[in-house]
Order: sequence, then C-alpha cells, then structure tokens
Amino acid sequence: MSNIVKQKRTVGARIYKSGIQFRKNWPLLMLCLPTLIGMFLFAYVPMGGVVMAFKDYRIAKGIWGSEWNGFDNFKFIFATSDMWRIIRNTVLYSLASIVTTPIVNIAVALLAFEIDNKRSLKMYQGVMQIPRFLSWVVVGYITYAIFNPRYGIMNQVFEMFGLEAVDVYVTPGVWPFILIFLALWKGVGGGSLWYYAVLIGIDTELYEAAKLDGANRWQQTKYISLPHLIPLLTIKLILAFGDLFEGNFGLFYQIPRDVSVLYPTTDILETYIYRALQSGSFARGAAVGFAQGVVGLVLTLIFNKIASKVSPGNEMF
Amino acid sequence: MSKSIFKKGNRYKIFIHLFFILLTLLFVLPLVMVVSISFSSEAAVTNESLGYSLFPREFSLDAYRKVFKNPESIIDAYILTAFVSVVGTLINVISAGMCGYALSRANFQYKKVVSFIVFFTMLFGGGAIPTYIVYTKYYHLGNSIWIYLLPALNGGAMTILMIRTFCKGIPESLFESAKIDGAKELTIFFKIALPLSKPVIATVAFGGLVGRWNNWATSLVYIRNPKLYTLQYLLQRILNDAQFLKTIAEDSAFVGSGIDLSAVLAEPTETLKYAMCVVAAGPMLLVFPFFQKYFEKGMVVGSVKG
Repeated sequence: MSNIVKQKRTVGARIYKSGIQFRKNWPLLMLCLPTLIGMFLFAYVPMGGVVMAFKDYRIAKGIWGSEWNGFDNFKFIFATSDMWRIIRNTVLYSLASIVTTPIVNIAVALLAFEIDNKRSLKMYQGVMQIPRFLSWVVVGYITYAIFNPRYGIMNQVFEMFGLEAVDVYVTPGVWPFILIFLALWKGVGGGSLWYYAVLIGIDTELYEAAKLDGANRWQQTKYISLPHLIPLLTIKLILAFGDLFEGNFGLFYQIPRDVSVLYPTTDILETYIYRALQSGSFARGAAVGFAQGVVGLVLTLIFNKIASKVSPGNEMF
Repeated sequence: MSKSIFKKGNRYKIFIHLFFILLTLLFVLPLVMVVSISFSSEAAVTNESLGYSLFPREFSLDAYRKVFKNPESIIDAYILTAFVSVVGTLINVISAGMCGYALSRANFQYKKVVSFIVFFTMLFGGGAIPTYIVYTKYYHLGNSIWIYLLPALNGGAMTILMIRTFCKGIPESLFESAKIDGAKELTIFFKIALPLSKPVIATVAFGGLVGRWNNWATSLVYIRNPKLYTLQYLLQRILNDAQFLKTIAEDSAFVGSGIDLSAVLAEPTETLKYAMCVVAAGPMLLVFPFFQKYFEKGMVVGSVKG
C-alpha cells in the first residue's frame, strides 16, 4: 500500500519536476523554436519521404498513398551496368581527391610559409581565394572558353605547336584530369590556409634551435613543419573518407555540361539522381539517394569513431 | 627540391616567389580571358582562324551594348538574386544565431535533445528526390520565390555548431547578470550575445551571402518561370541552351509578362555570353577583397572545437 503511494508520489514528483524544468528552460527553448520548426519541415519531413524508395511511387497517389513494392526499386537499379559504373566513378573521384587535395594544399602552405614578405604573401593567398567566389556556372564558362572545339584557347595552342585539334566534349578519357584539376583549383585557396594557420602557430624557437644545430630549410620542413601538420591531415583524411560515396554536383554537372558521351567518366551518383528527378523516375532515384545516405551515415560514424581514437578531441561529435 | 637551392643563401626564395607568381597566373588568367572575350568583336571571335583569346581581339563594346540595350531579364535576375540572398541569409543567421546561443548556455537543460535534433541532419538526409517531392507536392514551394527563403529557417547544422562554439567563449556571468536585472532571453540574445559574437555572425553571414548569390541549383530543380531564375541559373541557360531562348520566346506566360528578352537573347553570340558572365560574376569579385578577412577569421572560429 505504502509502496503504491510512494510510487504515485514519485510519478507525481517527476511530472512536477519536469514542469518546473520546462518553466525554467522554456525561454531558451523558444529561441530554438525557429530552427526546430525549420528542421522539422525542411529536414525531417523529407527524411520521412525516403519511404518512397520502397514504393511504386505514383504522383497522383502521393508518398503515403503509393503501393509498397519492397526492394523492387533497388533490384532494378543494381541490375543495370550503369549503376556500377556510376558508383565506381563516384568512389574513384573521391579517392583521387583524398590523395591529391592534401598533397597540393600542404605543398602550397609549406611554400607560403617560406615567404617573409607579408605583402606578396597576402597577394598570393588572396588571389588563390578567387575561385571560392565563382559559381560553378562561371567556372563552366571559363572551361568552355578553353575547351570549346571551334573557338577555344586550347586548340589554338595545339595548332601553334602543329598538334591535332581535340574536341574535349566528345573525349571521355581526358575528363578525370580536368575534373580533378578543377577541384584542386577551386579548393587550394581555402584548403592551404588551414595548413598555413597551423604552421604559423608553431613555436619559432623550434626553428631557431634547428638552425643552430645546422639544419637546412628542407630538414626543418621535414623534421618540424611536416610533423606538426599530421594531426590536421589525419582529421581531414578521416572526414573525407566519410564522403567516399558523395561527389560535388556543381563540378560534375556544370563542367562536363551534361554531355551523355562523357558519362563513362563524368557520371556520378549526384548527376544520376538529378537525371532521375528530371525524367520522373522518382522512386528509383530516391532508392539510390537512400542507399547513398545510409552508406554515408555508416561511413561517417565509423570514421568519426576512428578520428576520436586516433586524435582525441578532433572528432566531429 | 635539391639541397643546393637551400644552401646558397636566399636563392631558394626567388624560386618560391617565381612558383607563386606562376601559380597565381592560373587564377588570374582565366578571369582576364573571360573579360577579354567580352570586349572582343564578335566577328573576330567567331572567325575560324582566330577564336577566343587571352587579350581582346578588335576591342569592341558591342556585347555590353547588347546586354544593356534591353536589360530587363538580367536586371530582374539581379534584383531577385540580391533579394533572396539578403533575406535568406537574414532568416538563416537569426534562426541559427538564436539556436546556437541557446545551445551554448550551460544551464539550458534541453541542450542534449536539441543538439541531437540539429546535428543528426548532418549525418543523414532525405536525399534530393524525397525533398523535391515534399517541397513541391506537399508544400507547393515549386516555382515560387518562397523556395529560396523558407528552407533557410532550419539554420543549418554547421552554422549552428560554429555559433554555439563561439558563444561558449562568452563569459556566462554576462548573461546571468542581465537575467538578474530582469532581461528576457530574447533581449539578452539581441542585446548581448549577438553584438559579442559579431566575428562568427559576420563569417556565417558572408558565407551565406556568397552561397546564395552563386546559387543556381535551386532554380534548376524547382523553378520553371524565367522571371524567378537566379542570376547564375540565367547565366547557365544562356551558355548551355540555345533551345532555351526559343522556349522563352514562345512561352505564353512569358510573352504575356511584357518582358522582351528577344533583343538581348535573340542571338546569344559568343561575346555576349561572356559579357553576361562578367556582369553576373563581377559584383562578387569586387566585394571579395573587403570580406577576405572574414573568411580567414571564420576558419579560425570554425576550427575551435567545443
């Protein structure tokens, strides 16, 4: 008997307590309200929409009204040879970026670190930021001016050297080089700044001591600068692996200009999903997006775990 | 890198400067090229034996004359893009600012729940197609200006994270004493937290502005009415799609709108395309030196983990 009363009291006390808690916290909770409403409407409701990946989606019936069809959409997608090519492209481009991005960014940062003249350094670093302010559409204009088969600069140069003109927009083989280069070009300004910020944070006494010991610039770079960059490099690499199955839609859509002849080397998951949307194969596109999302979630969790082990405090959450 | 470069005094520094000068050319020359094409005469550029050039061929202002002869389409796109950039960023920064501030407060007991709700969106999303269906079929945001503005309400997990981290650095006692003086949380946010977090707010606001000014993907997916195109998307259509001009001219809704694109777009000549490109990308490049410091600061802000 007394036991029940006690239990009732605790339940009552708990409700009372959470009431007090709410009254104490509601002003701050109200500040979060716009974000929470926005998150609900524009992130969580669409998240619920992923069920259409398991449905025979009909526009007239809507997401809920359409019939379930189990894994039919997935079976259809993964039965096509296109899909494997697209996944291969996405992963290979990610791997290429994982390898080339740090090399280029670190090299530029190390060289910038050698410059004592503040004004020229600021100018070099400033100019390298320019692409960050250009949309992929504008970058598309630039590449088109270079590669345009009739009027392009590249073929004019080729002609000067007596080489055969090339129409890049019908030559899939050259695109990996173009796209990897452009990704580096657009990213090096910001990317190298991260490493540069670490370098200027290193205690200058270390370099002074090394100089006294007779270490030259290369030895100082090798034994002082590079080791200090390892933590940042590690975290950047780990986080990049979380995005292994993701690509940059702007780069892969605007630069090859959606030319189907180039798909063997330029088609990635993002461009595939966009075409599914354009052609109205909503459920199949949603299935690809869902698979991509789940793999992304798992990879991010795995590599974040690794990050927390390898360099504690540097994990994302 | 051979050792001999380093041994001989400062000779290696000349090599480094040389390297950077060549490297910066890689960033400057493309812009020079775009500007040059826009100032060339059409006849010179489309001459088979000439083509685009790094420096203007037969200097001419014709392309710009055409752009500004009938400027409604580009001015429409300018106004729309400027409007949605500013208002969208404002909505985004205020929403994210309030949330980030609340999450930074040690005594906020719903911190864990709200944080989880916010940061889970970074891990998993509905994907482009369910999002498209929900936005267009259920919210009716397709082909409307609201598509540029309303989704900004969700603040964005990264932005909220940055603001939260920054606000954690503000002494809690400032807020506490204001509270004792009877200030409401909303007042504390606008009067104390917001002014004190100016560096991080400026950083995320500028990032948001650049992103929205350069946005073309939203128009690509959601907008059919040419009057609601963002500047960058208009630009994309002009470059990629000769068919676009025909469609636009024949579109009854557009004909009825009283805007005459034909003079500007009837012949999307090569030089005209690049003049449009300069007009569209120019403003960003002109303002960017003034905001460069915010990008650098933002990096520092973003790198502080909390």
